[in-house]
Amino acid sequence: MNYLDFEKPIEDLIEQLEKVKGTHAQGKVNMAETIEQLEKKIDELKKDVYGKLSNWQRVQLSRHPDRPYTMDYLQYIAPDFIELHGDRVVNDDKAIIGGFGTIDGQTFMIIGQQKGRNTKERQFRNFGMANPDGYRKALRLMKLAEKFGKPILTLIDTPGASPGLEAEERGQGEAIAKNLMEMAVLKVPIICIVIGEGASGGALGIGIGDRVMMMEYSWYSVISPENCSSILWRSWDYKEKAADALKLTPNDMLKNGLIDGIIEEPLGGAHYNPQEAAEILKREVKKIFKALKDVSSEKLIESRINKFSEMGVYKEEV
Amino acid sequence: MSWFKRVKEGITTKSKEKKYIPDGLWNKCPKCKAITQSKDLAENKYVCPSCNYHHKISSEDYFQILFDEQKYKELYAEIVSGDPLNFFDTKSYKDRLIETQTKTGLKDALRVGVGKINGTKTIISCMDFGFIGGSMGSVVGEKIARSIDYARENQIPLIIISKSGGARMMEAAFSLMQMAKTSAKLALLNQEGIPYLSILTDPTTGGVTASFAMLGDFNIAEPDALIGFAGPRVIRETIGKDLPKGFQSSEFLQEHGFVDFIVSRTEMKDKIGSLLKMIACKKTSTKKTEKIDS
Ligand SMILES: [Zn+2]
Repeated sequence: MNYLDFEKPIEDLIEQLEKVKGTHAQGKVNMAETIEQLEKKIDELKKDVYGKLSNWQRVQLSRHPDRPYTMDYLQYIAPDFIELHGDRVVNDDKAIIGGFGTIDGQTFMIIGQQKGRNTKERQFRNFGMANPDGYRKALRLMKLAEKFGKPILTLIDTPGASPGLEAEERGQGEAIAKNLMEMAVLKVPIICIVIGEGASGGALGIGIGDRVMMMEYSWYSVISPENCSSILWRSWDYKEKAADALKLTPNDMLKNGLIDGIIEEPLGGAHYNPQEAAEILKREVKKIFKALKDVSSEKLIESRINKFSEMGVYKEEV
Repeated sequence: MSWFKRVKEGITTKSKEKKYIPDGLWNKCPKCKAITQSKDLAENKYVCPSCNYHHKISSEDYFQILFDEQKYKELYAEIVSGDPLNFFDTKSYKDRLIETQTKTGLKDALRVGVGKINGTKTIISCMDFGFIGGSMGSVVGEKIARSIDYARENQIPLIIISKSGGARMMEAAFSLMQMAKTSAKLALLNQEGIPYLSILTDPTTGGVTASFAMLGDFNIAEPDALIGFAGPRVIRETIGKDLPKGFQSSEFLQEHGFVDFIVSRTEMKDKIGSLLKMIACKKTSTKKTEKIDS
């Protein structure tokens, strides 16, 4: 386990607990009562620490090194997942994966950004920053789902679309734009869940859905707090301020009518218990799909477009 | 704007303030340094006669250049920005809006006009770079959405002229969702077979590029405009070296297959006029059409 600065007090208690458990397991001393007390204490401390997180700390949690990524969720929610590669044009982008999988008997096209766990993997996955090929692969797979009448589930977790020479040469802007337009009129239900970072057009590029949900410790905005700080304050030092100003938390996003709901995480965050987090996510997906599966495609598309059309705050002067 | 001198402060009228370059002055070309009289520059559609540099001009200038007899009706002019997030960076968004509105005489970063281009009734949404870097917030998104609805209702072609640094950060996720909103509306326009011409001018970047600007049936660029998703500075920092010459220029985009053609502003009206005639809306509208001559 890795612990962030503000998680250190919890780490200390968990270490203590492990030691006590070790002693208990040796069978010489009965430590059952101490274990129970420590576990209670950890839960209370977690409630305290995670109950008063700053917005910047929430952003840090969304990037926690132990946080489950798309493939971790897949392993629990759709173990029969068959990955489908390539955009059929130039490449197979490693930052976005996709394929068919069964969630409790229902086939879904599941598409998500994938981050890496270690240096090598992170490079292989380009830090979850997709190139145009990734967005085109995603669209190809979504059209495949539409063809076979299967619902789409997207898992969003990206610090942004890849900024680079190749990305520009191959039309990053066009690729994302095309996805936004095409997803708006796909005939099958689309469920989008921000599981970690939801940064900018790179996130939105697989984020046009009938239901857009955010996990409890995820964030979603037009820019990361660091880049926002750099642009608006011309310094990297205002990321905390930017994290507040951007109103990027699930609660703020829901309040502003920009997402449809929040998915709870295990106490302290998904990284403490990825399996439980996946179970909760699966439950939500099933619940949402149940509400969407009998809606006609005309109605789905109409409501989807209307929902996004209503986003925005402006005044009309008379 | 520092390269031209104001002769007299505070006497310009509102409509003149909307123009990027006031009349009666001498202008120095930022590219080749040639000096041109404003009147001559205006006659040449603000294109430098010496080096073909396309000056950054306002929506008013584009309307004057493109609409027949410079006649058009402005739509949705009453829509102004809210401050949904109570945003404050180095100053409050509210103050920034009022300051910019006073300084530019504009309400926001996009204006909509309906008129005729060489006889074809057309609706044009045109961005103003002078308004917070032509950034896209709720007002830009709403005006584009309404323009699309207008084009659908009246069965007339839509032109969007982009000139933008990207998202309006002070509207954060509201700004992001304007990408979804405009693209979703364009999907409907697309299904109904109504032509959409996207004109890309210097600069067109960020969320604007990653939504409506790249979704034209025709993507048309002015020469040597900067067009891209990520800004050049960000890319330079990411790859840790200088960018190749001409990277992200109109010519680069045409070469890579993302722009249909590049047209000088001096020939824009005629070329677009011809194109519109060739692809005239297939359906004749039975719905009421608003009279635009007034
Ligand atoms: Zn010149």
